[in-house]
Amino acid sequence: MKEVKVSARDVQVYYGENHAIKDVSVEIEDKTVTAFIGPSGCGKSTFLRCINRMNDTIDICRVEGDILLDGEDIYDPKVDPVQLRAKVGMVFQKPNPFPKSIYDNVAYGPRIHGMAASKSELDAIVEKSLRRAALWGEVKDRLSASGTGLSGGQQQRLCIARAVATEPEVLLMDEPASALDPIATAQIEELIDELREKFAVVIVTHSMQQAARVSQKTAFFHLGNLVEYGETSQIFTNPVDPRTESYITGRIG
Amino acid sequence: MPDQHIVRSFDKDLEAIQAKIMKMGGLVESAIHESVKSLKKRDDELAERVREADHLIDKLEEEINYDAAQVLALRQPIASDLRVVLSVMKISGNLERVGDYAKNLAKRTTLLVQMPAIDGASGAIKRMAREVERMLKDALDAYVNQDVALAEDVRARDHEVDQMYNALFREFLTFMMEDPRNITACMHLHFIAKNIERMGDHVTSIAEQVIYLVTGNMPGNDRAKLDYIAEAHEAED
Repeated sequence: MKEVKVSARDVQVYYGENHAIKDVSVEIEDKTVTAFIGPSGCGKSTFLRCINRMNDTIDICRVEGDILLDGEDIYDPKVDPVQLRAKVGMVFQKPNPFPKSIYDNVAYGPRIHGMAASKSELDAIVEKSLRRAALWGEVKDRLSASGTGLSGGQQQRLCIARAVATEPEVLLMDEPASALDPIATAQIEELIDELREKFAVVIVTHSMQQAARVSQKTAFFHLGNLVEYGETSQIFTNPVDPRTESYITGRIG
Repeated sequence: MPDQHIVRSFDKDLEAIQAKIMKMGGLVESAIHESVKSLKKRDDELAERVREADHLIDKLEEEINYDAAQVLALRQPIASDLRVVLSVMKISGNLERVGDYAKNLAKRTTLLVQMPAIDGASGAIKRMAREVERMLKDALDAYVNQDVALAEDVRARDHEVDQMYNALFREFLTFMMEDPRNITACMHLHFIAKNIERMGDHVTSIAEQVIYLVTGNMPGNDRAKLDYIAEAHEAED
């Protein structure tokens, strides 16, 4: 087993009265792609958003239990959520580049975190990030063009470049390919596989095939519970819990 | 777990393939039965009919493979659905082989009727074939009812078939040593016995597929194997 990157213990999440996540404990491994699957409203995105404290922005949301990143409690009052989000990057369902140039989209994080001492250092970070996101070849001659002018798949890869530019340790992806065509999806999936060499990647997806293709570990959520967590190859060939079987095989349940 | 898929045509596809497996199983059962009957009764015409019917079994196997490929490509089955598709592919292959052995038995019958009968041999072969036929019936019942205990029982019984084969092997050696004019017929009878023993192995493999289908795990290789060659040498000494 690989090193544990994120460890959640007895996590509860409430939206006001609604108990959205119930007693979830899970250990997410480093340098591994972990897929969260489950029907709409099962809590998988809510749980994903706990890992970089995105739920802090929702007033009525309350998180209990412990989430540790490398053994450190991320909900400790001493932790600055902005710094945390540099370490735990996120890519969303809909590509959401800033209405800025391609260059500035990628340079945004490194600039605010003071990661580059000079223009040439920043240039190097931008190039490296775009290369990691498999976008460099397509945009290197038009870095000053607007990020919003790219195709959907390119925009999503730009968002990935933006997320990896701050050298995160964990990358959270919430349905990163659901708005993309099959070719762009394949490019993102190939990218996810490469990113795994450097980061822990957690991906929320509604596509069973995608979860099966890209992840090594799969967690199945249902009604706020973590029903089953295990090797992807086992979950998709021989799941233990009948609820998992019902869901992944597309049966009523 | 609920039995039905949300997409009901998926259920229909899987049911259609499984129905073909059952049809194929029925044809193979009757091929074993009829081929052995032709041997016992020295009935050339019946043997000919078994040989001709084999192409129906082959055709069903092709259809099942085609249907399974369609389901894999169009439905991307996973978990228990995937195991259904994988098991039908293997089981149809096993059934096709058993059908071939029955056909071969019928071919040898056509040759054997032209030679003097070997006393007692066809009766012993019939008993062995009857056991394999019962095992096949039970393996198919276990498949339909997802009955792991019955499948385990079938696996265990293959041992008896192996023992019958070993006994026949020794018997044929004795016949051949007694009178070299028996050698041709005994060689054919020996191949028939060996083929029935192989049928038992394929039926055992079907039973193992049933266990895999239901549990997700292949049974371990815990069946006692007999060393035919060593036994054969002992019989010779």
